[in-house]
Amino acid sequence: MSILVHANTRVLVQGITGREGQVRTQLMQGYGPQVVAGVTPGRGGEEVLGVPVFDTVQDAVARVGTIDASVVFVPAQFAFGAAKEAMDAGVKLVVIVPDRVPLHDVMKLAKFARQTGAAFLGPNTLGCLSPGKGVLGMMGGSPEAARKFFRPGRVGISSRSGGITSSIAYYLKKAGIGASTIVHVGGDSIVGLPHPAILKLFQDDPETDVVVMFGEIGTTQEERVAEMMRRGEFTKPLVAYIGGKQAEEGTRFSHAGAIVEGGRGGYQSKVDALRDAGAVIVDNFEELPAKTAEVLARLKRL
Amino acid sequence: MARILEHKAKEVLRGYGISVPQGAVAPSGEAAMRVAAEIGFPVIVKAQVFVTGRAAKGLIRTARTPAEAADAAQQVLGRTVGGFPVELVLVEAKLSLGRELFAACLASDEIAGPLALLGNRGGSGIEDMAARGEAVLARRPFDPEEGLDEATAAGMASECGLRGDEAAAVTDCLARLARVYLEKEARSLEVNPLAITADGRAVALDCHFSEDDYAVPRHPELGVEIAREIGHPPTELERIAAAYEETDYRGTFYFLELGAKGDRLVGFHGAGGGGSMMSMDALVRHGFSAKNFCDTSGNPSAAKVYRACKHILAQDGIIGYFASGSGVASQEQFHSARGMVKAFREWPLCVPAVIRLGGNKEEVAIDILTRFLADLPVPVEAYGKDDSAAFCAARLDALVREHPPIAPYNCTPTARTEQAQEEYRFSIRTGNISFDHAMCVRCERTPCIPSCHAGILEAPDGKPRLKEPAGETAHRCTECLACELACYEAGMRSLRIDLPIAGFDEYLRARKAR
Repeated sequence: MSILVHANTRVLVQGITGREGQVRTQLMQGYGPQVVAGVTPGRGGEEVLGVPVFDTVQDAVARVGTIDASVVFVPAQFAFGAAKEAMDAGVKLVVIVPDRVPLHDVMKLAKFARQTGAAFLGPNTLGCLSPGKGVLGMMGGSPEAARKFFRPGRVGISSRSGGITSSIAYYLKKAGIGASTIVHVGGDSIVGLPHPAILKLFQDDPETDVVVMFGEIGTTQEERVAEMMRRGEFTKPLVAYIGGKQAEEGTRFSHAGAIVEGGRGGYQSKVDALRDAGAVIVDNFEELPAKTAEVLARLKRL
Repeated sequence: MARILEHKAKEVLRGYGISVPQGAVAPSGEAAMRVAAEIGFPVIVKAQVFVTGRAAKGLIRTARTPAEAADAAQQVLGRTVGGFPVELVLVEAKLSLGRELFAACLASDEIAGPLALLGNRGGSGIEDMAARGEAVLARRPFDPEEGLDEATAAGMASECGLRGDEAAAVTDCLARLARVYLEKEARSLEVNPLAITADGRAVALDCHFSEDDYAVPRHPELGVEIAREIGHPPTELERIAAAYEETDYRGTFYFLELGAKGDRLVGFHGAGGGGSMMSMDALVRHGFSAKNFCDTSGNPSAAKVYRACKHILAQDGIIGYFASGSGVASQEQFHSARGMVKAFREWPLCVPAVIRLGGNKEEVAIDILTRFLADLPVPVEAYGKDDSAAFCAARLDALVREHPPIAPYNCTPTARTEQAQEEYRFSIRTGNISFDHAMCVRCERTPCIPSCHAGILEAPDGKPRLKEPAGETAHRCTECLACELACYEAGMRSLRIDLPIAGFDEYLRARKAR
């Protein structure tokens, strides 16, 4: 197995007629899984890249049947409406790609997701990719690049930075290490599936032996992972790198979620919490592949 | 998060029926005196700046006479605190107080929703004190649409030991605070202290209001200038960049001047949050200082990257240009490459550049950079995902040693510079494209046509134009700049894409005049 995306996942693309929507639909079609429908209000009845376009998600579900996941490529200010519409229509996983989705929209979506039993990845995410099986979102960019960058294996990857997500997977691949599923949780301060939720999925995935996590300053995600480890809810080996060591409090350089506020979410507290809980902390990013290889070798000996 | 000054935040609170001390802002000692006289003494004079712990820094003073009020204002006006000049003071009535509390609403990533807080004492460090059992801090999640209901707020007041009228006043205030928080889409809203006056009212004595960056366009009434947290007043160039970004949602462009000094300054061009930070670290390890921080990511158009380059190049005193992101980007890297080519030739680039555009379509990107920039008198080296940021920083180090900055020179830009004899022109999303058909008819291959990703051009008679219906096809232009580069490479330079940046040329002219 893998998590979130599998070879047989049936995908809907919201905003399929836009620039990003079309380019990434080609990615998903070329790499997997199956894109069964697209939605752009007012463009129902058209066809894009061989995919039927509908005015609403409801229409799409009625016509093509079950949809497992929807990928949202609409501008940020419309992301809330699009994601809510998908959840309303019974879609259980929504991947929200756009950056700059307002925070209160995300909190409302979180409430709505709880009510409908849905989950959402992002916002501000590249999506997720299970090597050799399929991708949701824009990870890899094109089918050729995705095939070049990623290989199947037994390491789960969870990251708060998009580019770094692919970098980790690629540099692990160069060291001969493949991945089960590669997940970019999104760069914002509140995301639908943060590290703890992803690690829970990896814990239950029989094809994942080790998890590599890219954390960052800001939010409580890494601290909560440490708590899960202490409580025995996450028991697989974890290799982690925490970015933002140099960042000063109160200045935001990069992701909206990467900011230390009121002394919380700092670099050292995250490193300490994870190390105490038994994670392998990597100080230099370049050492990630070697450290992961060590951890894998140790597992094999057991 | 965009911070709102205290006086503005209090104006918002007042609009929601939350009591704040009577007061007004003043830009001078004399004005402060007038405001104080209207309110009646004693007054408090508070410097309006984005720093915490103002009292300890002498930025909050009490005045009992008009002369004291003027003096208190003059003491702080014009001072620079934490990089911000004090331009206004808030003059407020000094109230007769009972107890002080702490109240806040914030976004909790743990519950993925809003959280209300009420502490049984004001001042700093309430959370630490609560953790040590020295204070009570009531926390309650609340509904992101419905707000904080009366019963929950009352429970918080009760937990903090409030009774009777005091409890009722605080309950009411908390519910209103939550409404402000939701309706204004704040990232965090903190009233500290929330005071109970001698006559039993709950009054917000201070307010820290951070607006969610991404909601700023929906709240023009808050008057936020730059929707991003920065540790200094925005510079002109930062303002220009932010204003442009507001108008173009495709991908992210963020530009920040870092105020670094010295003789090892580099123009920095990152891509992606995590990768940019790591690349900047690599620069620092090689003894460079980034003159700026810049991030173009999320698959921006080539036109957007071009504009970002111009901001970076416009900075004085850089000895190199360093572009590097995560190394394995998902966005098509040729867009960035084309934007750089157009900007570097047009400016022109006068310092060595190392460009690391690793990831999707990196071979195309590297080929573009190499092909179009090889003739520049300064070296431009292009790398991909298998070359680390550390290696690229070392390359820049080697290059700047051999190639000091040169004076501006004549460089042929990729765009046509002459007046068109037979102009064909149309608007695209953020600019316009102009052909000189008098030149186009002499072009045998019309490479602009196949270069167009969106496939919106045709030239049945050798004169490139939009396919019909023209209005609709122009809208499909992705501003990838491929046509201009193809025309330049064919030796024609009939094509010209204008991508204006509001205020940018004026800024350069004004700077030159200075």
